[in-house]
Amino acid sequence: MRTLLRLWPYVRPVRARLFSAAFVAILASCVGLVIPLVLKWLVDGPVADHDPGGVWLGALFLLLLGFTEALLFGLRRWLVARPLSHVEASMRAALYRHLQRLPVAFHDRWASGQLLSRGTTDLMLLRQFLAFPLTFLLVNGVTILVGVVIMLLQDWTLGLVVLGPAVPLMVTCVIFEKRYAKVARLAQDQVGDLTTVVEESVLGIRVIKGFGRHRSQARAFRELSGTLRGTELRKARLLATIWGVIVTLPEVAIGAALVVGVAQVADGALSAGTLVAFLSTALALRWPVESIGFLLAMSQEAATATERYFEVMDEGVEDPGAAAAAPNAEDEGLRFDNVRFRYPDAPPGSAPVLDGVTLHIRPGESMALVGATGSGKTTLTALIPRLYELTSGRITLDGVDIAALSREALRTKVAVAFEEPTLFSAGVGDNVLMGTDGTAGERELERALSVAQADFVHALPQGTQTRVGEQGLSLSGGQRQRLALARAVVGQPEFLVLDDPLSALDVHTEAAVEAALRQVLADTTALIVAHRPSTVLLADRVALLSGGRITAVGTHQELLRSNAEYAHLMSGEQSGEQSGEQSGQEEGAR
Amino acid sequence: MTAATTTPADEKPDDDRPGARTPATGDPFDQDVLPTPPGATAALLRSLLAPRKARVTVTTLLLLLQQAVVQAGPLLVAYAIDRAVPAFRAQDHGPLIAVGAGYLACALAAGGLQFAFVAAAARVSQDVLLDLRGRIFRHAQALSVDFHERYTSGRLISRSTTDVESLRELLDEGLQELVTVVLSFVYISAMLLWLDLGLGGVAMASFVPLYALVRLYQRRAGRVYRARSTAIAAVIVKFVETMNGIRPVRAFRREAVNDTDFGALNHRHERTNGDALLEMARYVTGSRLVANTAVAAIVLWGAYRVADGTLALGVLAAAVLYLRRLYDPIDRLGMFLNSYQSAAASLEKIAGLLAQAPSVPAPETPRQLPPLASEHPGREVVFDGVRFGYRTGGEVLPRFDLTVPAGQTVAVVGSTGAGKSTLAKLLARFYDPSGGRVLLDGVDLRDLAVPELRRGVVMVTQEAFLFSGTVAENIAIGRPDARREEIERAAKEIGAHDFISALPDGYDTDVRKRGGRISAGQRQLVAFARALLADPAVLILDEATSSLDIPGERAVQRAMATVLKGRTAVVIAHRLSTVEIADRVLVMEHGRIVEDGEPAELIAGTGRFADLHRAWRDSLA
Repeated sequence: MRTLLRLWPYVRPVRARLFSAAFVAILASCVGLVIPLVLKWLVDGPVADHDPGGVWLGALFLLLLGFTEALLFGLRRWLVARPLSHVEASMRAALYRHLQRLPVAFHDRWASGQLLSRGTTDLMLLRQFLAFPLTFLLVNGVTILVGVVIMLLQDWTLGLVVLGPAVPLMVTCVIFEKRYAKVARLAQDQVGDLTTVVEESVLGIRVIKGFGRHRSQARAFRELSGTLRGTELRKARLLATIWGVIVTLPEVAIGAALVVGVAQVADGALSAGTLVAFLSTALALRWPVESIGFLLAMSQEAATATERYFEVMDEGVEDPGAAAAAPNAEDEGLRFDNVRFRYPDAPPGSAPVLDGVTLHIRPGESMALVGATGSGKTTLTALIPRLYELTSGRITLDGVDIAALSREALRTKVAVAFEEPTLFSAGVGDNVLMGTDGTAGERELERALSVAQADFVHALPQGTQTRVGEQGLSLSGGQRQRLALARAVVGQPEFLVLDDPLSALDVHTEAAVEAALRQVLADTTALIVAHRPSTVLLADRVALLSGGRITAVGTHQELLRSNAEYAHLMSGEQSGEQSGEQSGQEEGAR
Repeated sequence: MTAATTTPADEKPDDDRPGARTPATGDPFDQDVLPTPPGATAALLRSLLAPRKARVTVTTLLLLLQQAVVQAGPLLVAYAIDRAVPAFRAQDHGPLIAVGAGYLACALAAGGLQFAFVAAAARVSQDVLLDLRGRIFRHAQALSVDFHERYTSGRLISRSTTDVESLRELLDEGLQELVTVVLSFVYISAMLLWLDLGLGGVAMASFVPLYALVRLYQRRAGRVYRARSTAIAAVIVKFVETMNGIRPVRAFRREAVNDTDFGALNHRHERTNGDALLEMARYVTGSRLVANTAVAAIVLWGAYRVADGTLALGVLAAAVLYLRRLYDPIDRLGMFLNSYQSAAASLEKIAGLLAQAPSVPAPETPRQLPPLASEHPGREVVFDGVRFGYRTGGEVLPRFDLTVPAGQTVAVVGSTGAGKSTLAKLLARFYDPSGGRVLLDGVDLRDLAVPELRRGVVMVTQEAFLFSGTVAENIAIGRPDARREEIERAAKEIGAHDFISALPDGYDTDVRKRGGRISAGQRQLVAFARALLADPAVLILDEATSSLDIPGERAVQRAMATVLKGRTAVVIAHRLSTVEIADRVLVMEHGRIVEDGEPAELIAGTGRFADLHRAWRDSLA
């Protein structure tokens, strides 16, 4: 429950509204409590005395109180309506902001379904908590307190009788809260898992359809949702128990008070009016007391939601990096210096993916990176824009350590075309131009599109304005790849990283892209992951990545002749035993 | 999210031409307003509750009893004041003891019944949710690939999470509220009428303006809630898209722009959310005003009559106690309407989804494939006058005839947009042709039930998606009942065994957990192992080797030459290396076959394929 305090920074901006709303709610409840008193006065006074004027006065007063109560009720809701939506929205925006800035390694670990359930269901729970349980735990607490005082003032013996079950009730609540917390957390996590399955089943729909596996997929889903149902039922049983206790105990007390009260009235120690008023007050307190059960449950769920929310928010974001970059020492290109890398979440003791990569790409030179499937080529490319942090060693751009550059500046210098060409829900043009800072215009766009041979966009329904991505026109793999390439080259970056940029293109298009790309590469420092000779030939030299190191550097022809592993990778022929790491070419890796 | 996730796969048949699909602004998919047939929402709710009629009845009975017991309280108070007090004065303790015992019994019964009710109601609600979740899931899975390309994963997630959640709120709290409210109204009104016809009548009269208020609220809130449901779906879509594309987001410094875009969507949701809460505030104020006025009026009149002596003081006291309770549930009615409106809006969207007929429907009378003609597992594929175009026109395949004899490996080449992928998807029955038939050993694909179809045809695509779970489980998608040795054999044959063994837990490595990073090429190998395990009569490879290095591709080709021998295979590839293992090559252009022959024959010729092949050979130099 203490975790709920962490909501304060988000609630703070609307605190005035929220507190006034709570105050108004207390006021409204007090008005509600005064009404029985007026009734008592009516019954004991004007009605008993046959005083028509008094009756009118009493009724008028009742009406006035009623109006006040109604308006206060409305006022409370009006006060919090917009602010609470705002709190929910601002927390969601903060989550989104934060998630965008968390290390990529974090996203590798977390399924987006789990993140999404935090951004939706959990935040809705929090809004509801702020709207009801928070206010009403307070309001009901005060109402109960005031009600008890009124009852004690009316008749202290009866008051004590009614107060009897307070202690056992509180004990039950505490026990309940503990148990409920555990189940609530479990249920919320299971919802996250379920969301993940839904998401995967949609993203992997082609595989499922292709293998006719929707039945087994549905079975997996059924199992998970069945587990969730089990957890929810456990939650419900706990809730039912607390409800049972909370309903029974106060009723028993009221019954006892009734018996004692009637005896006192009969003895003449108490007026009938006082008894009516007393019972009326006691009954009026019934709802506030009963509601404590579900208010606690809701608070507990809100506490769990808060916990889940901050679990993500507490993850450290990438530091933006040193703001002031050291001035360019010299124009010396891209240099990997004994770079070691192991994924931060890799099991301890496992071999690093990259184990001492040393490589120099001269200014304006383009270097192809060749290596067997799974040798760490893509990992190496991800290190340059600092999507992951080096374990040790350093990478320098023109002599400046990338760790000394702000990420913003670094990512402006380096442009990447990823293996998986992701397009976003935006116009084709916007998707390409996101490689620049809005500085590029129509001309640059045209140039980039023609380099990537992506002129097909002009034939799309709305040309470069055509929406693509999740919520737009879907394009083929080859089309997307060309757009991703255009995105990488549009900003004329100093350093270009291309991860297997032509894999989805047909031979003709590939040849055309290569021709255009050559011009770009002529004066750009570039690292190109390549699987085939045609792509390798784009580059001036080739580096062979094997066993976590660069084992050979040279031109395509040189390596074909001198390096068996390279020859094998490029031709597929089993040219003798694979020589692997010790290829005698290491002097080439400077 | 992980290295194993592909982007929201929005691949479509390769198609460069305009007009293939226009995301016109009026498209219901863009607006997230699929047409919901009239009455479908109510029908959906009914169909969810109908199988649980008995439970719903028992639950309602429990609640009825519980309310009856709870409402007995004021009655006992009235009895105590009017009877027990005089009796007690007359030294008759009987009535007072009776009142005490009665109240105690009521208290215990109220608690016990409340327990039973909450437990029973939860059971109903959870069963309904389970049912609904399952229905959405199964239906979404049954819908065609074409639907998924348009509906987007974010919306589907929104349907099965936030929208289901709002039904849950209705069932968990709303239904109880409604029954409580209706019961209290009926019960208390009856009590009031029984206590005094006049007082009861006035209370009844106050229901008229209350009803009008409820109707008004319902109308206004319905609109707001529908808008809200759409708004949150838009938020979810953006959220999912960003998280799944986090690498390019970071590399291209999209964070700030995304913050702004997301902020706008989020703000729209905030507005509608606030609107919904304000509607509720108006309703509560209005209904309270009516209720409190009625209370004042009834008390005034009652007091007059007590003064006249036409009404007993105890009756007035009881009536006043009941009155306060009569109007108490108004707020709760508001809460019910609240959850109802929100659930109705969500259910409407869910019903709209469920009303989508699969464009690739299951056959009504499924047929079996004929027994294999030879000992070879392959089957004959025939495209018989097949036409295909997208909804908005623009035919991709004008009219297409092709026969692939059983056991033949056909390579399909051609430039982007030639219709190669469309051909593959028609054969895999991701789409149905708009004209003509696709036959497998003489049986129309549309007549085959899914299991039979997938024994016949399996497709491996360029985007090799991995599901959460272990590597072994991912391969076993090809054949869920496969034994471990079979899985490993498939992996070995395709050349994936080495890298899998090198993973932290080998075949049991969770692809989403620590150390489970698997590169694009490795993923394609896993996808191949799947296909191998599935052991289909016809295998379609759609750019399935694009991320493999050359040795990997060779390994796959070797596997195909041995393991897939005798199977019919359709291989779509940009790389002509694949063609070397083909028995036959088709060159496509604008949805037509322009060249057809054996590889050697075509290479020797002067056609397009000879050109392509020359260009490819040059690229290898």
